[in-house]
Amino acid sequence: MKGRSIPWLKFTAPASFYALAQRLVPWLWPAAALCAIAGLYMGFFVAPPDHQQGDAYRILFIHVPTAWMGMLLYLLLAVYGAIFLVWRIKMADIMARAIAPTGALMTFLSLWTGALWGAPTWGTFWVWDARLTSTLILLFLFLGYMALHAASDDREKGGRAASLLAIVGAVNVPIIYFSVEWWYNLHQGVSVMRSDGPSMADSMVAALLLMIAAFWIYAGAVVLRRAQVEALSREPRTEWAQAAAVGRLTRDQRQRAAADTALDQQPLGPEGEA
Amino acid sequence: MMRPLWTLLQRDISLIVTRRQDVLTVVAFFVIVITLFPLAIGPEPEKLRTIAPGAVWVAAALASLISLDRLFADDWRDGTLEQLALAPQPLALTALAKVIAHWLSLGLPLVILSPALGYSLGLQGIELAVLAASLLLGTPILSLLGAVGAAMTLGVRGGGALMALLILPLYVPVLILGAGAVNEAMFAAPYQAHLSLLGALLAVALPLLPLAIAGALRITLD
Amino acid sequence: MDALSSDQPKPARAGARDQGVAGAALEAEQLACRRGELPLFEGAGFSLGAGELLLVRGRNGSGKTTLLRTLCGLSEPARGQVRWLGQDIRRMDERAQQRMLYIGHRDAVKDELTPLENLQIHQGLRGEGGALDAQLDALERAGLGGCEDIPARYLSQGQRRRTALARLLISPATLWILDEPLTALDQRAVAWLFERIAEHLQHGGLVVTTSHQSIDGLPEPRILDLD
Repeated sequence: MKGRSIPWLKFTAPASFYALAQRLVPWLWPAAALCAIAGLYMGFFVAPPDHQQGDAYRILFIHVPTAWMGMLLYLLLAVYGAIFLVWRIKMADIMARAIAPTGALMTFLSLWTGALWGAPTWGTFWVWDARLTSTLILLFLFLGYMALHAASDDREKGGRAASLLAIVGAVNVPIIYFSVEWWYNLHQGVSVMRSDGPSMADSMVAALLLMIAAFWIYAGAVVLRRAQVEALSREPRTEWAQAAAVGRLTRDQRQRAAADTALDQQPLGPEGEA
Repeated sequence: MMRPLWTLLQRDISLIVTRRQDVLTVVAFFVIVITLFPLAIGPEPEKLRTIAPGAVWVAAALASLISLDRLFADDWRDGTLEQLALAPQPLALTALAKVIAHWLSLGLPLVILSPALGYSLGLQGIELAVLAASLLLGTPILSLLGAVGAAMTLGVRGGGALMALLILPLYVPVLILGAGAVNEAMFAAPYQAHLSLLGALLAVALPLLPLAIAGALRITLD
Repeated sequence: MDALSSDQPKPARAGARDQGVAGAALEAEQLACRRGELPLFEGAGFSLGAGELLLVRGRNGSGKTTLLRTLCGLSEPARGQVRWLGQDIRRMDERAQQRMLYIGHRDAVKDELTPLENLQIHQGLRGEGGALDAQLDALERAGLGGCEDIPARYLSQGQRRRTALARLLISPATLWILDEPLTALDQRAVAWLFERIAEHLQHGGLVVTTSHQSIDGLPEPRILDLD
């Protein structure tokens, strides 16, 4: 089918990706920093204190974005895993592998901030709250992915096994969330608190959105950087990688490398010829 | 197409029967883990009764996990797995047959034994029946999930521990529903919903997970 | 008493003869293989027709085993494609699969089972209904007469190898892919195996094999050099 030769494949060549990321990342860092500064300023100085929790609720401006990022990154990990398994695009595995540590970090931060938030509001750092518990399980899924990838001597094979695990995990995530929620409701009745109810002030919403943007952009930048390093280390002997390592990757070298990759990813056969 | 699978089923069961030791080890493991709970928590019947569903289910999940460690290992080491992958029938069906053989010989004994162990922890009457029913529906899902992990970690450093890390998080829904069903029965609440959901999970897992197992095996053999 | 007799092929093998394969049956195009990230070889290609023998040569680590695993569809090539009976080897149908037999380094002989059980199960798994007579006869001809009922763990390395090779005698497969089949075999068994291969070729079968040992006694092979 034509699926194997559509134009976006151009960016699946590590060399093209490297050059693109090289141009993008320098813009992402300051953008993330600006969003974070604005968001934190709004969150700490503009948003009014909560009438029940006082200032303690402000950790939500970090807790909520990290929790969302964690879930989103796991989903993205599984999508890249599926792309890698179906089309054997090496770049997809590189991206998935680059996402995992950031995803684990986000999930961990969300647990950490959840604990810090719990201390003043629930009087304890840890309760087996439905959302905390399912986030903890999400962290285990990230760790499993990373461990399986790392345990295999053959990066290609390890990547395929880990991608399959990510897909099985992603199919399971809704079931896990649902069952944990159910488990919690059966044992505890209603949730301990819902601070993100309808009573949020506009400035709170603005601060939250800014912080979400900051985390998105930060995650994008750090994942792209990690993927660049991974791309280089996978093809250390190629011309483009050596040129890129010293910062002199020419357009010409890039295109040659991309053509090479295209050849690699285009198996001969009925599909290729059709 | 069914005949080769029947051959495989028979072969696997007879191989496991020749190595009775394995069955005994897994069953003994199951019993010992449950014995640890009263020893750690204390002999008060009320306390034990509270933790009974969870204890039996956790022990069953762990026993399932350790028994699956070797599901594909022997066939992989002696080259049989290659022949299975090259056999005419789809590898997913082959994998399903292997999991069924494994469950019949190592999962079913746990289900049969569970009422006795539940009784020893203070469960009674209908609760014991619900416990066995929940295990009957739940342990095949555990076997299928564990088989994915076993296939993925073949020939990988630190296989067993790694497999636990990969697979135990995926056991969570089954554990919640299974132990939940018994809990409901203990409070004389309707437990049918839990069992139905377990059945639904099994119905979804049965056609889908063999595909994942076959995929993992192909990656290992590549 | 010569255990390795070479009497006429049994009817079970008739498949190879009746369904004779026209033209090129096994084709490889521009194969490139890797082990992990290490490139082994590229541009390997051949087409093998009925009655032809292909000998894959190369030093240790040149990728002979990888090539053979690629040819039978276990491994995926980095580039290129393998076709067997006109179908892509990675997604061929049941019939094409049945007509190919691979015996690798690891010979898939179960320690706990006897040679007879091993053979029966192997046939059962491939969906080949086998008669007990044919199976006993195959073991007899493979030189395992008298140890059909001894668990394989008590057999010698060579006897285990013969147990695996006995499959060749009753399989209806036309294509044999044999990875180092001579390992652990004594001289007589080698001569016997060569005869079987020659016979298979005569009946229109195809054989792909590797060997570090001398192959004098085999029909003139086509050579694929990986170095």
